[in-house]
Amino acid sequence: MAYSDKVVDHFNNPRNMGSFKKDDADVGTGMVGAPECGDVMKLQIKVQNDTIVDAKFKTFGCGSAIASSSLATEWLKGKTIEEAQKIKNTDIVQELNLPPVKIHCSVLAEDAIKAALADYQKKTDGQPTGTK
Amino acid sequence: MKLPIFLDNHSTTPMDPRVLEAMLPYFVEKFGNAASRNHAFGWAAEEAVEQARKQIAKLIKADAKEIVFTSGATESDNLALKGVLEMYKEKGTHIITSSTEHRAVLDTAKSLEAKGLATVTYLPVDKYGMVNPQDVQNAITDKTILISIMLANNEIGTINPIQEIGKIAKSKGVLFHCDATQGVGKIPVDVQAMGIDLMSFTSHKIYGPKGVGALYVRKRNPRVRIAPQIDGGGHERGMRSGTLPVPLIVGFGKACELCEQEMAADTARLTKMRDRLQAEIMAALEESYLNGHPTNRLPGNLNISFAYVEGESLLMGMKDIALSSGSACTSATLEPSYVLRALGVGTELAHSSIRFGLGRFNTDDEIDYTTKKVIEVVTKLREMSPLYEMAKEGVDLKSVQWAAH
Repeated sequence: MAYSDKVVDHFNNPRNMGSFKKDDADVGTGMVGAPECGDVMKLQIKVQNDTIVDAKFKTFGCGSAIASSSLATEWLKGKTIEEAQKIKNTDIVQELNLPPVKIHCSVLAEDAIKAALADYQKKTDGQPTGTK
Repeated sequence: MKLPIFLDNHSTTPMDPRVLEAMLPYFVEKFGNAASRNHAFGWAAEEAVEQARKQIAKLIKADAKEIVFTSGATESDNLALKGVLEMYKEKGTHIITSSTEHRAVLDTAKSLEAKGLATVTYLPVDKYGMVNPQDVQNAITDKTILISIMLANNEIGTINPIQEIGKIAKSKGVLFHCDATQGVGKIPVDVQAMGIDLMSFTSHKIYGPKGVGALYVRKRNPRVRIAPQIDGGGHERGMRSGTLPVPLIVGFGKACELCEQEMAADTARLTKMRDRLQAEIMAALEESYLNGHPTNRLPGNLNISFAYVEGESLLMGMKDIALSSGSACTSATLEPSYVLRALGVGTELAHSSIRFGLGRFNTDDEIDYTTKKVIEVVTKLREMSPLYEMAKEGVDLKSVQWAAH
């Protein structure tokens, strides 16, 4: 299978690869997928005043899965929680020019974003955000 | 050293220039139809075909008359299973095969089952991918007409105890077909000593041209008969009609001759390079696991799973080296390798497998480059892997509740 230039670029030069401490109060962590399925994505966001100031990922999976999560971290940075909720897998498909067999990689990335946001919101539930 | 490097010699092989040279006269100059019995063009073609038939037969210790030309090993497998079943169905319709056969055998068996024409027993293999001859013996019933077991596996290179299975087949009066596609030309094959009645193999795996293969069909003790699956002019003693592709057959013959002459030297060189590749990679990378038999396997085969990294991404990181992976992402079915699964390799490690296939034209420099690249890319991808991070933190990955999708 031939990969799009953007997938190759993200694969060779992953953006924001790494981890935050998942117990930190301003960090939301989303981990989706399963090793048996051949892909696991961990996506983390760091939030201040309702805005995502930083994002990191680690991914076990094919090149398209790595590229999808790398792209997701780029897009998350600078977005508010509400804006981040609106990122759709179809946007990722379009940006990376993913073929049909790789659409599940983008779905996984959207799931990872949602899971990270949910984790952050669970941590801050009932507390004003951005005060820590 | 030229890039990209071809290390996928189980999928196909580059043609040996000496093979091409042998073929060239048979395209334009000696273009006759080998079935034309009454003019010089036909005679020249027939002579070339018969010469090739001898070269091929010699490599497998058969008689030239026992070689039936086909389009390749897939057709040979189809012809063997379907042809035997159709010819001997009055005697029985039970076939015994194994779970790690090539899909040309498995899918043919499944198709016969689905049509209600045969019942099939799929024998398990041990953790190295070997069929136990005792299992073959135990599976034989009075309805069994055919045993079909491969010589060497295309993914893990494990070599089956063919001679023992051949003996059992003979003692029970059951025909024995062997898919020897990966083994012929690489390891010694003797259809007499191994007790093989039918054997599939092909030219393009042994540095010959694509588009031609053969089915060995035993002529005596016993005389094996098969019903043709392609009807027509009655070529190949009525077993496979169709004008013979003379240039391809000439190339196939030459390829077999070269394999016979150079097998010992090729084996020694490939085994040394393969063992070095294996030793250096596995010494540098923790949690890399050899798939297949540690010693009883094809000289050019190496199959390793690298825990915590996915196979397709590994291939992508080494795009100047042609390799293959058991990862689902690289297969048409989106399932990880059924061969590795049959060995009991976990799904996650099946996704992480890489097959190295060394061949006649690989060099020490290429192996050095590959070793370095594999270590570099696996290390980089592990840094990127959440599974590796968790394992390093002491998390037991098997205890995690994964959100499967």
